Amino acid sequence: MHIIGPELGLTLPGMTIVCGDSHTSTHGAFGNVAFGIGTSEVEQVMATQCTLQHRPKRMKIEINGKLGKGVLSKDIILYVISRISSSGGNGHFVEYAGDTITALSMEARMTICNMSIEMGARGGLIAPDQTTFDYLRGRKFAPQGADFERAVADWKTLKTDDDAVFDQVHRFDAADIGPMITYGTNPGMGIRVTDRIPTLAELSDLSEHASFQKSLDYMDLRPGSSLLGKSVDYVFIGSCTNARIEDLRLVADFVKGKKKADNVEVWIIPGSKQVEKQAVEEGLDRVFREAGFELRGPGCSACLGMNEDKVPAGKYCVSTSNRNFEGRQGPGARTFLVSPLSAAAAAVTGQVTDVREMI
Amino acid sequence: MIFQSMQKEKFISLVSPAVPLPIENIDTDQIIPSRFLKATTREGFGDNLFRDWRYDGEGNAKPDFVLNDPGRQGKILVAGKNFGCGSSREHAAWALYDYGFRVVVSSFFADIFKGNALNNSLLPVQVSDDFLDKTWEMLSQNPDSPIRIDLENQRISLADGTSETFDINPYKKACLLNGYDDIDYLLSLKDQILAYERVRSY
Repeated sequence: MHIIGPELGLTLPGMTIVCGDSHTSTHGAFGNVAFGIGTSEVEQVMATQCTLQHRPKRMKIEINGKLGKGVLSKDIILYVISRISSSGGNGHFVEYAGDTITALSMEARMTICNMSIEMGARGGLIAPDQTTFDYLRGRKFAPQGADFERAVADWKTLKTDDDAVFDQVHRFDAADIGPMITYGTNPGMGIRVTDRIPTLAELSDLSEHASFQKSLDYMDLRPGSSLLGKSVDYVFIGSCTNARIEDLRLVADFVKGKKKADNVEVWIIPGSKQVEKQAVEEGLDRVFREAGFELRGPGCSACLGMNEDKVPAGKYCVSTSNRNFEGRQGPGARTFLVSPLSAAAAAVTGQVTDVREMI
Repeated sequence: MIFQSMQKEKFISLVSPAVPLPIENIDTDQIIPSRFLKATTREGFGDNLFRDWRYDGEGNAKPDFVLNDPGRQGKILVAGKNFGCGSSREHAAWALYDYGFRVVVSSFFADIFKGNALNNSLLPVQVSDDFLDKTWEMLSQNPDSPIRIDLENQRISLADGTSETFDINPYKKACLLNGYDDIDYLLSLKDQILAYERVRSY
């Protein structure tokens, strides 16, 4: 749904979109109010086309500057969550702004909005602009011809007033963002891949010590250590965060002519049938096969271990998905969240790698 | 059966011993792992509540986990801050309710979980960090010590008399006190809705 809605042009600026899934926030990339609801609320929407909600608080996250080599939008959002924490966005809707954000493609914007929930925010959105309109033009269910031009004129009005007031504003410099990786069991526990895992003494909140230690015990990692060179067992490239055609192209471009390391199993899961079809048409499937990657059927797959694609207990999985919770990818599985490029690098080296050294 | 409106229990007040789970950021995947989400009714999820903390890979109860301690029983769960983060899956609230919990006390709840709990007769009681610490202290000294939840007056009290008020959306409070859900509430307004629609012309 989070992949095909945009793909088919069903997701349009200015809409209100709800779905019984927390990653519904993905659709906010088109400048709409999109958020996850529970089953009882779905029932209410189906019965009445209405949903009763509190007005959320407003948070602005502004990122300016040029991203470094090998740094993707996934790294931006992992960086932001590591700064704000996995509950820092609670009660808020987020607007992502700044020239780093406006320079991103729609796919990259969706990755960012997708993970708004991982900092506790109900949703996140980005004002629609020319990139949005160009993406939507000609999509199957988007308005066509003169209707499209009329729609664009309307969509252009969907932006925040210059004098708008936010409850919270966070500003970050793109130059401070590197390839990111999580080391713990919530998405807020992230570092630049070249940083060390914090020590207990470095944690600002004393009350977090027990949870932090529990988390590192689960991951079998030591405070203060570096993850670089850590051997991994699985690489999962997929999920509603990072399984769009752009993600697959990026990975294929990187692994072309390379082979996966012997110690890793690599699963690449297109986000939809359409992505799978496109990947085959563009010959990406051949690139993956030659690299030893297994291209599996489209869907959620090992993002949440609901089907047979599970990471075994105690094994490390470098994953492009959105949650590193205990057991998320299978009972006892240990997850490192990264960008698709960092995942591809780990697939080739068989260990946690700074992708910048390979490009 | 998802669309069948359920008859809810009324919630007015509750006095019960509590189960302490002093862990922060307890996410929906811990409350009910995704591999157990395939059922289409709301019942039965309690068996797999906190499954991977409660049982080992062979299905044997882990003696260290609080729910496996026969001395720890009650209808109130007391948990660390940011309880229920993660998925919008309502199964998390269903599993807690089905297991027998009627109240979760924490110093912070994730948004979607809070809404889901309120829609399923499970009362989230948000308390101050201080009060949460006192509650844990009390529970460690005396596991049987009861906690009183008075929804009418929005007050939570410990056995030693320490108490605090808590917030709840007035509409949701009315739903819990009367044992109805959003659909029941709407249906109770059916005559007014029909009357309104009669005077509208499109």
